[in-house]
Amino acid sequence: RKIIFEKQWFYLDNAIGHIYGTTFEVTSGGNLQPKQETEETTTETKEAGTDNRNIVDDGKSQKLTHDDIKALKDKGIKGQEIVQQLIENSTTFRDKTEFAQDKYIKKKKKKYEAVITIVKPSTRILSTMYYAREPGKINHLRYDTLAQMLTLGNIRAGNKMIVMETCAGLVLGAVMERMGGYGSIIQMYPGGGPVRAATSCFGFPKLFFDNLHEFPLGKVDSLLSGTFSTATLPSEPDDSVLGEEESNGLADEKQTSRQETEEESTTEASMEMNQTEKQEAIDINAEDVEFKENKEKENKENVREKQRKQWERTKKLLETAALLREKNADGLIVASKFHPTPLLLSLLEFVAPSRPFVVYCQYKEVNQVCYFSCYSSMTFYRCLGFCLCFLAFFFLKVLPDRSHPKLTMSGGGGYLLSGITVVLDKGKSDSSNSEALKMEEPVCKRCKVQDVHC
Amino acid sequence: MSFVEYGDTIKDGDTAIVFLGHESMFPVKVQHGTVTQTKYGVIRHSTDLIGKKYGSKVTCSKGGWVFILHPTPELWTMNLPHRTQILYSTDISIITMMLELKPGSIVCESGTGSGSLSHALIRTVAPTGHLYTVEFHQQRAEKAREEFREHGVEHLVTVTNQDVCKNGFGVSNIADAVFLDIPSPWEAIGHAKSALKAEGGRICSFSPCIEQVQRTCLAMEEYGFTEINTLEILLRVYNVRTISLQIPDLGKAAEDNLSTGFDSSNPSNQGSLCAEAQPGTAQFKSGVPLREMVGHTGYLTFATKS
Repeated sequence: RKIIFEKQWFYLDNAIGHIYGTTFEVTSGGNLQPKQETEETTTETKEAGTDNRNIVDDGKSQKLTHDDIKALKDKGIKGQEIVQQLIENSTTFRDKTEFAQDKYIKKKKKKYEAVITIVKPSTRILSTMYYAREPGKINHLRYDTLAQMLTLGNIRAGNKMIVMETCAGLVLGAVMERMGGYGSIIQMYPGGGPVRAATSCFGFPKLFFDNLHEFPLGKVDSLLSGTFSTATLPSEPDDSVLGEEESNGLADEKQTSRQETEEESTTEASMEMNQTEKQEAIDINAEDVEFKENKEKENKENVREKQRKQWERTKKLLETAALLREKNADGLIVASKFHPTPLLLSLLEFVAPSRPFVVYCQYKEVNQVCYFSCYSSMTFYRCLGFCLCFLAFFFLKVLPDRSHPKLTMSGGGGYLLSGITVVLDKGKSDSSNSEALKMEEPVCKRCKVQDVHC
Repeated sequence: MSFVEYGDTIKDGDTAIVFLGHESMFPVKVQHGTVTQTKYGVIRHSTDLIGKKYGSKVTCSKGGWVFILHPTPELWTMNLPHRTQILYSTDISIITMMLELKPGSIVCESGTGSGSLSHALIRTVAPTGHLYTVEFHQQRAEKAREEFREHGVEHLVTVTNQDVCKNGFGVSNIADAVFLDIPSPWEAIGHAKSALKAEGGRICSFSPCIEQVQRTCLAMEEYGFTEINTLEILLRVYNVRTISLQIPDLGKAAEDNLSTGFDSSNPSNQGSLCAEAQPGTAQFKSGVPLREMVGHTGYLTFATKS
């Protein structure tokens, strides 16, 4: 298979069987494997100037013309030799300082000696690559910010994580790498299905996907009415994304209140409940019976081959719903193009107390609003330890006598909002109920709800 | 509880984090019959803590309350007893990612110090990985061993008391990654190379001074490490506050109109406009940096053995 990379094209066939980190040189079409470390080319006695007082930029220092160079290239001469030719034909090269000579050679090498190193995929490599090549696809999430998210979220083997991301599956992949196939991950996705383009780049074994669940944000509503196995997935266009998001948030809210009541009836939790909520509980239990009947019906249909696939999908959804219903997730990671506030407020309901959550947003202002709405909403858990983070990141160029910062990446890394969930303060559950009701009011009220509490 | 596994309820012998406020937390060892003093009063472990859920609000004797949190390496880093300078979570996060650590990784570390990084490393490589950590200070090594035992992670870590520059890590050709936080890392690069797996691995060295970095880079080059990169990471923390600025009185009659007009002209403030705003002021939400100056911790030098 032909692959194009940095204006070069090549076949990968020759690279098979070599260890990761091997460097290859591109020839016309195939791969050639050169030695790991090329010997220092300039072994000749170095002759160098001390400063540039006599160097004049007249544009004539290079005696080889453009056509000459092209001719050399066409002849298929090794890049190394072309560089050597360029040096020999440069009149000013010998007058340049040693450092400038090094720099000159490096620049020419980069242009004429095409070498490719093949490395193993990892979060480090992929997040660096995505940030450099397609930052728009990952909401400009810089790799150090991603690293920070993984640490703040206490991602590790055995966790049960909820991930809501629209970063091409990069964040999901990073979480999966850190969990090493132990524990479970529930990916909440908008639209028709989860995007996992970056996840597949990691090359995870199949085992890792066994405990990876997905749950549609938009399907929660139909899950409530018990007909979600036949409901079609909404393929939402971009223009109404925000509206959809809102309704999702509300649906989640409703669903959790229902789960709350289910827990109430089965495990006899000691949560206080007011009259209206009890009524709701009865309604919902009725729905639940219907829901279970549906499930049994589906079981019978399962015998027929035709609907097996659909059943399989339904079963997975049911499993995921059951996982969410336990409301004991070990953490929440949000990194999406949506407004984080409604996502955070509803998805936090699924998280157990004393667990970390991390929200990424490209914009500081959004996270500020999110901070306040979390602070004011004591719906189920109060959130602690807010921290808006911004990471400055320096790369240093370290060479003897020439150490200096290489690149400053101050802007564009994004901001993080993180905290730890705690158990709801029972004394205040009444006020939080009224607040929850407010949250269920139409979309545009959201901002106002925040205002009242700040 | 354990540092590598979440638990729901607080048990005897656990380490828990008492959370009093944003900047005020401390760890406690939960024991029957023990009491802990806080500025809000006494916490009695037997009745107030044991059996309760992590994340609970605990009322102390003076009527004040605190939250009890499940320990995590990050909370531990903020609360651990310092025996040395420690690495903080910002550096730890980039180290963990750049060393490509994951469950099953074998890591070598030196020195152990106060065990801040050690806990984070153990968390990441558990349950199948292992940490070999070398500390030349006998008391610190002993104390670290004791802590790992208390935190239920001793099966994932081996503490060796020797000088890494002279004697190495005590293991060879098994590590996926090596981390060095010692005064003269260049003297340990050779040992680091032999500790790494034959098929390769990653190395990181943490040094506060650029001169140390230069010597380390030279040593790395000499030993054939590739992809040598040095970076520094700074964390900026913001406090989110509602700020109100007074509108200057320029002698105009409709002062209130001015204030509302001011706010609605600024779209970023529309959502956060406060209902009970004082007349004559404009309110907005802002992320205020906690400190003016952000301190330098150290340069991180990464390289690959291949």
